Amino acid sequence: MKLRRSMLFVPGENAGMLSTSFVYKPDSVMFDLEDAVSPSEKDAARLMVYQALGHPAYREIERVVRINELNTEFGLKDLEAAVRGRADVVRLPKTENAEEIHALEAHVARIETACGRPVGETKLMAAIESASGVVNAVAIATASPRMMAIALAGFDYLVDMHTTRSRDGWEPELFYARAAVLHAARSAHIDAFDVAYGNVNDDEGFLREVKIAKQLGFNGKSLIHPKQIELLHKAYEPTEAEIAHAKRVITAADEAHRKGLGVVSLDGKMVDPPVIDEAEMVLQMAAAS
Amino acid sequence: MKIIKQAIAGTLESSDLLVKVAPSDKERRDVVIKSEVIKQFGKQINRVVTDTLDRLSVSSGEIEIEDKGALDCVIRARVQAAILRGCGSEELDWEKLS
Repeated sequence: MKLRRSMLFVPGENAGMLSTSFVYKPDSVMFDLEDAVSPSEKDAARLMVYQALGHPAYREIERVVRINELNTEFGLKDLEAAVRGRADVVRLPKTENAEEIHALEAHVARIETACGRPVGETKLMAAIESASGVVNAVAIATASPRMMAIALAGFDYLVDMHTTRSRDGWEPELFYARAAVLHAARSAHIDAFDVAYGNVNDDEGFLREVKIAKQLGFNGKSLIHPKQIELLHKAYEPTEAEIAHAKRVITAADEAHRKGLGVVSLDGKMVDPPVIDEAEMVLQMAAAS
Repeated sequence: MKIIKQAIAGTLESSDLLVKVAPSDKERRDVVIKSEVIKQFGKQINRVVTDTLDRLSVSSGEIEIEDKGALDCVIRARVQAAILRGCGSEELDWEKLS
């Protein structure tokens, strides 16, 4: 299982951030060709991202490229740069329905064939930024075997919902979307990213939001600043008790496997496979913290 | 590729570089590189710039580079962007860009 707590946005045109983001060790880095790049610099940003994808320092980090929507003049050009640059994942913004994923998938397969990449190697993720996207989240999440995650993007979604972000509580305005996106991801057996937190100077507010996302079950969050990475990873760090329990579960599973037993038991109770998966994830998270 | 108009790419911010290109009547490539780290990395910067221009088959033109400590991948991308803009080229030959 891939650990995906942090997905750091890196503007595709920003040489400084492209040159240093790997230092902060996010689980995934997302080179942005969409909102962070002005129309007059899209061509240059595309080349920057294409070159950065091949930088050895990013080899250990999952490399995601956010392209422009395919119905814009930039979308397909961005996709060429991403797939030919061997991005691990292409992130489609403002996804409204499964047909958009099908169209994206066809273009990705065509480019993979043209550039000699194995067909199917490039994974896909969708950002859901509207009421329609939330309503169609299950269809989007299950639209392709290439899908590895869906992400809720709060800014456009809240505009679409005719509301704004509350800052002092449990963010009721995002509750339905968070729950819907998360359920869609889980039913498709893929990962889910919570919204980005815009105020980089408000650690308290950021951590409050991380707590909500973690408790709901999100794998992690989209991040807009490197300083949020350490805060997020710390918040996702398992407790000593959780680590100790996970170790016991894994030991029991290993022992059952060695003895050829089909059923794993711990303290007289049966341990289901999802509990073993969860224990492995806890240990992976502890090792990465 | 033939540079047919003046073009610019990049910035003067740290870790970036500014690349200016212009057409030339001379049948040769004139490349001027200024860098804050020219003593330590001048040869490497020159090698990356030359390789990038060779791959794009740029045989003539004036190319002026002001480097602010950019990584090789950034140098390559900025030179490519300036040349493609200077050539008025929309079509990319990805084999030449890698």
